[in-house]
Amino acid sequence: MAQKSMGAAPEALSPHEHPFPPLNRGWGWLTWFSTTDHKKIGIMYMVTSLFFFGVGGIEALLIRIQLAAPNAKVLSPQEYDAIFTMHGTTMIFLVVMPIFIGLANYILPLMVGARDVAFPRLNALGYWVFLLGGIVIYLALFTGSLANAGWFSYAPLSESAFTSRPGLDYWAAGLIETGVGTIAAAVNLIVTVVRYRATGMTWRRLPLFVWMMVITSLLILFALTPLNAGLIMLLGDRILHMHFFRANASGGSAILWQHIFWFFGHPEVYIMALPAFGIMSEVVPVFSRKPIFGYTFVAGSGIAIGLLSFGVWVHHMFAVGLGVPMNAAFSATSMLIAVPTGVKIFNWSTTMFQGKLRLDTPLLFAAAMIIQFVIGGITGVMFAVAPIDWQLTDTYFVVAHFHYVLFGGSMFGLWAGIYYWYPKVTGRMMSERLGKWHFWLAVIGFNMTFFVQHILGVMGMARRVYTYPNLPGYGTLNLISTIGAFILGTAVVLFLWNIVWSFRKGKVAGDNPWDAWTLEWATTSPPPEHNFERLPPVRSARPLFDLAHPELADAHAAQPEGNA
Amino acid sequence: MHSLYSTANSVLSPASPYAQNIAHLFWVTFWISMVILVLVSAFVIFNLIRYRDRERSSELPPQTHGNTIVEITWTTIPFAILVVLFVLTVQSMEAVTPPKHPKTDPVNVDVVAHQWWWEFRYPGSKVVTANELHIPVGKPIDITLTSVDVIHDFWVPELGRKIDAVPAHPNQLVIEADKPGVYLGTCAEYCGAGHAWMRIRVYAQTPADYQTWLAGQAKPHPAPTSAAEAIGMGYFDGKCAECHNITGSGGSKGQDVGPDLTHFGTRDTLGAGVLANTPADLRTWLENPQAVKPGVHMPNLHLSTSQIDALVAYLEAK
Repeated sequence: MAQKSMGAAPEALSPHEHPFPPLNRGWGWLTWFSTTDHKKIGIMYMVTSLFFFGVGGIEALLIRIQLAAPNAKVLSPQEYDAIFTMHGTTMIFLVVMPIFIGLANYILPLMVGARDVAFPRLNALGYWVFLLGGIVIYLALFTGSLANAGWFSYAPLSESAFTSRPGLDYWAAGLIETGVGTIAAAVNLIVTVVRYRATGMTWRRLPLFVWMMVITSLLILFALTPLNAGLIMLLGDRILHMHFFRANASGGSAILWQHIFWFFGHPEVYIMALPAFGIMSEVVPVFSRKPIFGYTFVAGSGIAIGLLSFGVWVHHMFAVGLGVPMNAAFSATSMLIAVPTGVKIFNWSTTMFQGKLRLDTPLLFAAAMIIQFVIGGITGVMFAVAPIDWQLTDTYFVVAHFHYVLFGGSMFGLWAGIYYWYPKVTGRMMSERLGKWHFWLAVIGFNMTFFVQHILGVMGMARRVYTYPNLPGYGTLNLISTIGAFILGTAVVLFLWNIVWSFRKGKVAGDNPWDAWTLEWATTSPPPEHNFERLPPVRSARPLFDLAHPELADAHAAQPEGNA
Repeated sequence: MHSLYSTANSVLSPASPYAQNIAHLFWVTFWISMVILVLVSAFVIFNLIRYRDRERSSELPPQTHGNTIVEITWTTIPFAILVVLFVLTVQSMEAVTPPKHPKTDPVNVDVVAHQWWWEFRYPGSKVVTANELHIPVGKPIDITLTSVDVIHDFWVPELGRKIDAVPAHPNQLVIEADKPGVYLGTCAEYCGAGHAWMRIRVYAQTPADYQTWLAGQAKPHPAPTSAAEAIGMGYFDGKCAECHNITGSGGSKGQDVGPDLTHFGTRDTLGAGVLANTPADLRTWLENPQAVKPGVHMPNLHLSTSQIDALVAYLEAK
């Protein structure tokens, strides 16, 4: 078959034979606009996401300034509502999702020993459409309004009858575009892994980060598509006077929006978590000097999480009043998803057991991620217990919960990954000294900001309030949270400074500074445009380990010999 | 102002059988969670300390690849814990979701959520009030909850679960108070600019006090007894009655665009909790509601000082 020649054999991937030869030759910085190199596109995704991370972080600090004391009047409610809406939207759609996609764009083809992603031009298109979407969302500023109905924009509040200003239209249109870009990236990653793996890299030898990105990409395909459908319906309601979600108007239903949104929204949580799980499964073994404990179970639990994530969405709607049977069913599925998630936690921590741990910055972030993610996980189980959800949903307990998952878990995991792969991308190490400051300030600031919010939620503080009365304890706890946020902000500034400083002054890394084992470390740092001069044989999940320790090679260990 | 918000309204200070049931379940779940958190954290921190390799020796630790028995163990034990938790969950769900009409002579209240205030209608006695709900202690209160605009959520943590007020989707909720007191609550679903000031106060009273209150509220608003009150009623009928109702005012048409103001003087708060209901605070409100509660649907009516004086006299009459 003709397609067979494009298959997994590395020799078929030389630059000359690649179906889409690179277009960028000799135009200086302009090549960034025309590039189809997965590495440059990956860098553009990550730099764009870091820019939006700064924007979303400033929004977070504005939120915390307004909430620092009861009855504060720093922001009007209209301003506050726009800022918390944009904070959530920015962090989810313009930071966490694209930064993981950017990281995967850069690292994943290297990890599987490929020359590029499967569809380089689609890859470039995906990035530019994503960027356009991000710009469109903020372009609403020129209309004097920003989206202000919350990141899940519940109908009918999001209908033109209640939110007439155009910010929300820009929000929906922009999200449709970022969604299209994200779907393009997901298709690319899946096909790259399915068709362009190095010879010998069976599915059982696939690096776990790659496994998790494949599952993430499948979730993107099945979750972002309904979101885009829902957003088109919302725009139809707002602009064309349709009535999908208008209650009281010929069959429209406010609850329909919630079903569509959360059918996307819960897999979305795992779209933001699974890549971090993948990073954990690379970083923890390398810095423990041991293979991952229970490779098959770590990969398998990822598949289980991916499947179950489509069957739990109603736990976001326990307060809607859908009746006990419906709530009970989704309680059960939501609890069930804790099992494979727990399996991962146990495997990472057991990987460290009896290792020879190198406490470099990546492992510090990974270790903190485990503990913080457990806190986010157990409060997640509390929300699966429907009666507890009936009390605590829509309070600061939820805000604390999902920040423990997405910041304490995903973001810390991402930081572990950035410190780990930065040398591969730039050829220089990030400063360990700045890294340790970054780490400790982040741990202190993060926990100070969000731990107290659990207590505020239990004490009856609803989320999304622009201010609050001077109830006993509210002022003090909110002030602690605000101080924590500024410590966390300082940590983020150090992190960004570390990226800039190390780019010029960092220690030269060499090919494989961490003595790591996967294929991306078998080429120069940064890799040449065509990625590899030659690939080592792949006989296990740790090809470079096998090269360095032929006597101990994993291929000889009791490793199941699977096939693709 | 401060005294209006001096009491706790914590999920963990339950004052009803329903809130008590959930608080109990919360603690069961909490302690199971704490055991897991402590075990995992201790294991991670132990590993970090015990197996830290400061020398960065090139010697490798044992290359353990995994252990199926261990994997099966840490899959099944959490699963078993969750099965137990699920049974407790279903029991609790049934206990805090009683059938619509409990046997013990329920009190029915229709709650209608508006941007950004609560309308409380007592169908038995035709009493209509706003933002401050009076109930007798020791009885299940059968609430039918709807919304006229966007989705809101009725939540008084000490008295029971929260539930959304969804337009065109009436929800049933049962709350109860064990002992007399004021219980604070709030709208819990983001509903727009006034979300922060859509607060609820529940006054649980002895059955006798409750009956007295109900009988008082069922009467028309006090007729004017002074010139100021009479002028105030005139302004009310000419302007305010477009949106508000005062039973007995003459010009009222039963409007519920804004809160019903019959016996307004008996309430503790105004603007759904944003101010105390004192003549001075009411004056502040009438001068410009937008300055007190930004975004509120009541516009600045540019009232003169004498108009405000007259309205305050009429509204606050007891």
